[in-house]
Amino acid sequence: MATFLNALFLQAGYNAALVALGAALLGFAAGAGGSFLFLRKRALVSDAVAHATLPGVGLAFIVMVALGGDGRSLPGLLLGSAITAWLGLLGVEWMVRRTRLSEDAAIGAILSVFFGIGIVLLTIIQSMSQGRQAGLEGFLLGSTAGMLFQDAVLIAGGGAAVVAIIWLLRRPMTMVAFDPGFAAARGMNVRRVDLAMVGLVLAVTVIGLKLVGLILIVALLIIPPVTARFWSERAETVVWAAGVIGAVSGWVGAALSASAPDLPTGPIIVLISAGLFSLSLLFAPARGVLASILARRAFQARVHRRQGLLALSRSEPVHDPLTLRILRREGLMRADGVATDKGGIASTRVARDERRWSIARRLHHDTALIGRYDGLTPIDEVFTRDEIAQFDAGLPAAEGV
Amino acid sequence: MSDLHVVTSPATLDPASPLAVRGLTVSYGEKPALFSLDASFPAGAMSAIVGPNGAGKSTFLKAALGLIPRVSGEVTIFGHDVNRARDRIAYVPQRASVDWDFPTTAIDVVLMGLYGQIGLWRRISGAHRARARACLDRVGMADFADRQIGQLSGGQQQRVFLARALAQDADLFLLDEPFAGVDAATEAAIIEVLKSLKAEGRSVVAVHHDLSTVSAYFDHVLLVNLRRIAEGPIATAFTADTLSETYGGRLGALQIEGLALVGT
Repeated sequence: MATFLNALFLQAGYNAALVALGAALLGFAAGAGGSFLFLRKRALVSDAVAHATLPGVGLAFIVMVALGGDGRSLPGLLLGSAITAWLGLLGVEWMVRRTRLSEDAAIGAILSVFFGIGIVLLTIIQSMSQGRQAGLEGFLLGSTAGMLFQDAVLIAGGGAAVVAIIWLLRRPMTMVAFDPGFAAARGMNVRRVDLAMVGLVLAVTVIGLKLVGLILIVALLIIPPVTARFWSERAETVVWAAGVIGAVSGWVGAALSASAPDLPTGPIIVLISAGLFSLSLLFAPARGVLASILARRAFQARVHRRQGLLALSRSEPVHDPLTLRILRREGLMRADGVATDKGGIASTRVARDERRWSIARRLHHDTALIGRYDGLTPIDEVFTRDEIAQFDAGLPAAEGV
Repeated sequence: MSDLHVVTSPATLDPASPLAVRGLTVSYGEKPALFSLDASFPAGAMSAIVGPNGAGKSTFLKAALGLIPRVSGEVTIFGHDVNRARDRIAYVPQRASVDWDFPTTAIDVVLMGLYGQIGLWRRISGAHRARARACLDRVGMADFADRQIGQLSGGQQQRVFLARALAQDADLFLLDEPFAGVDAATEAAIIEVLKSLKAEGRSVVAVHHDLSTVSAYFDHVLLVNLRRIAEGPIATAFTADTLSETYGGRLGALQIEGLALVGT
């Protein structure tokens, strides 16, 4: 615990602090950058991009060794991964544009083929004399083991650069995600904006390869936006909240894995963000599961209450057990099924409301107002007192034009 | 038969027209949706594009805006190429074209219409917000500014889209079925706004599906069914003859007589 707290507050040594900072910045970039793809309903493109990095890592290693280097230089490996990821992305785009394949099919094809090539290359590298200690498998699930100071700087700097570009492009990207037809009519190059969205995700993937790994980086691109969506109805808030959720996941995850040497960084970061997701899914106001269950219950109670009161007003027996329970709980009905005084008043009022609505629906022509009749809405929320008085007199109300 | 209404293609497109096309052909795959269409809408007027389902009405707007590629033909906006006139056009797409669960509020949608003036990076100022609110007010939606768009009724959503177009302060308004699936109050509110735009000298071109309101709402009409069937002022172009040619057997003779102003 003490080691975890030390790591959390950057007291666990210079390197660990740098890793935590890098992970936080990467998480922020991933959450915010992934938001636009999520809002554009193209989140899975990131999966194709991530898997398409693997052959690049292998090829870059082989090329660097062939040129007499040691092959493990992180910038070199990342450059290679960016190149094949870009090719994979262009492959998806090309298939969607030139064939009748839908995007999900294209993603599936590119993802598996590129990943297959990558695995073959890693196997070949294993048989090379320099390949044994290359540690390229680390790119699959991420690891902080053997991470150099400049590697951490690369991750932190890259993450910060991506966040800056997201900020610059936030408006065109939001517009294209919401209404591409309108954006195009305004003269925006929708295809280029789409490429920018995926390009940012590609950058995050490449930067995060070392720390989180290509299999799990997708989670960091998708889970924070989905989590943020539970809390906000505004795109801009969703984007930055997703960034914060990603940053917190990265920071806490890196600290946790630094405090126990055997804990892998990538999976821990992903699990932290999944935890935040679960909490939001259950407890977010308005959009959370709990809130919607409660809202449904409250609505059901309103329906039963109204139906029960209408039955009372007509002196009909009430049979539905839930209706009975609600009427009795509110003191509207006695145990023997007879209306109390309070219930009598309420049922008279409800019956009058129904009667007014039925006159209103016959006399009034404004469908927008009449359309608000749903059996539950009291008429005085829709019409003015004067109009209701006219309904009571059986006359058509003057329509406000 | 149809030769009656086919005018030879104009040599040049009228530079005064807010939207003029010549020989416009658009195709999905190898099936043309519009074939060699000519049209020239008058400035400062309200024009309707009318025709049966699948006649190419929405396609016409999208091709005019350059949203879908054209196989042949020319389009001018106030005499210019559409790319040089973007700032003068406001487009209201069909309501069905967006995701209503998208996290955005009514005022955010209207602010998108102002992005042209705000620029990509500048902060959204109080003046911008006030302007967006004024546009919402003009369509009677000021009270709903902070509602998520999915929580609005169909008619209210359509009014928010119109408010976004108003925010663009354009000279030409292109609307795709603005009255589809909206309530009577919304239809009245929208038509009032469109008439006020016309009174300000702006031009309106709308795809319209309700034949019974064409002559009440519009000054000019383009009847289209793959080709141009007729175009001109309502009085001359919206006749029993042209309607029966546009709709074929889909409209009964009696129905047509009730709709058209002039029977021949």
